[in-house]
Amino acid sequence: MDPLDRHRLTAEVVMLAEKYGRTRSGLLPILQALQNHYRFLPDAAMQETADLLGLHPVEVYAVATFYRFLDIERKGRFMIRLCRTLSCDMKGKDAVARQLELELGVPFGQTTPDGRFSLGWCNCLGMCDHAPALLVNDRVFTGVTRESVFNILQGCRRALSSQVAPGRLEGPDVSR
Amino acid sequence: MSAGRNRLPTFAALIPGAALRRAAAVSPGDIRDAVRRSGLRGRGGAGFLTGVKWNLAAAAGGQEKYVICNADEGEPGTFKDRLLLSDFTELVFEGMTLAGRAIGGRCGIVYLRGEYRYLVPHLESILAKRRTKGLLGREILGVNGFDFDVEIRLGSGAYVCGEETALIESLEGHRGEPRNRPPYPVTMGFRGCPTVVNNVETLVLACGVAAHGPEWLRSVGTEDSPGPKLLSVSGDCTRPGVYEFPLGTPLRDVLGAAGGSDAKAVQVGGAAGVCVPRSQFGRRLSYEDLSTGGAVIVLGPGRDMLAVARNFVEFFNDESCGQCTPCRYGNAALMAGIEKLEQGRCSISELNDLLALGETMQLASKCGLGQTSPNAFRSIASHFRGEILGHGQGNGGGHE
Repeated sequence: MDPLDRHRLTAEVVMLAEKYGRTRSGLLPILQALQNHYRFLPDAAMQETADLLGLHPVEVYAVATFYRFLDIERKGRFMIRLCRTLSCDMKGKDAVARQLELELGVPFGQTTPDGRFSLGWCNCLGMCDHAPALLVNDRVFTGVTRESVFNILQGCRRALSSQVAPGRLEGPDVSR
Repeated sequence: MSAGRNRLPTFAALIPGAALRRAAAVSPGDIRDAVRRSGLRGRGGAGFLTGVKWNLAAAAGGQEKYVICNADEGEPGTFKDRLLLSDFTELVFEGMTLAGRAIGGRCGIVYLRGEYRYLVPHLESILAKRRTKGLLGREILGVNGFDFDVEIRLGSGAYVCGEETALIESLEGHRGEPRNRPPYPVTMGFRGCPTVVNNVETLVLACGVAAHGPEWLRSVGTEDSPGPKLLSVSGDCTRPGVYEFPLGTPLRDVLGAAGGSDAKAVQVGGAAGVCVPRSQFGRRLSYEDLSTGGAVIVLGPGRDMLAVARNFVEFFNDESCGQCTPCRYGNAALMAGIEKLEQGRCSISELNDLLALGETMQLASKCGLGQTSPNAFRSIASHFRGEILGHGQGNGGGHE
């Protein structure tokens, strides 16, 4: 991250620590909020958090690396996580995965060179009755097909060009 | 949404507020007694008696006590809590409030899996509504000393955090690594205080018991498994979705309702559950036979059972927290075995060794994740032994 942002980062971590409490229990909510904002946990953010909560930075790092939805490496504006668990697997998650790779030109586990999209797997999203399912940041898409992959990505690109914050895509596409 | 509700008659008939009004008129001991006599058992899958859990937490000393709603619905194939959280939200919070009253706790926490983050605005709006109505906050329903409120905390994508002690570790800001038990959370849980951790569905059913008495739950189900159960049905069936059935219902009836009667096998209980072959579709979904948190994954006639086993073993390799050796190493060894089976290079003695390893993992792993991780592989390998041994040898193999 830009070193000039350090002051802003410190202020943000202080604000989060006030909100969630300067105790160990506040650690995960603070990291989750930082992850939402920066799309990963910069070293400086983990260091600031550790200082404020009175923890060794390694403790913060240990927590950050335990949870799948916390990243210590920079991710794209849109983190796409495709469910690979059985019900989605049986309903064609491989075809969806191949289409995602084709459209974005990168394999799973990587980020597009323009920094817009990251591709990854996740385990059961709890959408097995509308498989296959994927997450784009916090938004859930269900019943995904090759064709809808293209539309989902187009929706992301439009959101970027209209300056909508990446976490603020419209509500989930969940049909119960 | 309404299609979902129609399939859940017992849940749809519960009226928010009724349980709390009843609870406010009786003593905490009376609430616990009703829940104990109803025989309500944990709907997350483990089936521990809810009344016993509440009694233990009530009897434990300590100023502060906590009620945690386990909404970390991570078991593959399970999505019924998603429906309760979105469509029966008030009853979830009411069940927590009831538990708070029953054990003498004032703080409730919903531990919501990160995958369900999109539900947070909805959950917060219902919490605000209940505070306005005097069903949360100080002096609930005007009862002196009946204070309770709920906060929502998010998980971050770790299956193991559905295990109650790992969940508590996570809430305390640690890696989600399970604790040794005892002490159990009912005596030493969140922040060292007595804590009850209940599944979403359990809390909703507790509302019914409080409102209508223990016999309400016992009117369906079996002696040891009273009440209805929500089932999440997915896979090779024409009508996937959430269904309500009395506990003790034969698997065959569930398949009929969901349009999956031609199944070759069914995975009951998710990745941690067991694979049931067609010849056993008369078995019953209950704590005394097929115990489940509600996941029913239908495997159609053409399914490759080794591919099913691989999917689950991959899942556990990914989700094992790595803390204890049987789970960490055992699942890696099962994966290597599956690769040999796929190549048709696994001898019978090697397969037997893998099955024995699975048994060791069941016995020696520290938490439920490790103990249940070989279940799917072991049951598939015993019911479809010919099929998986014949894999990669140009031979379709036999069934069962």
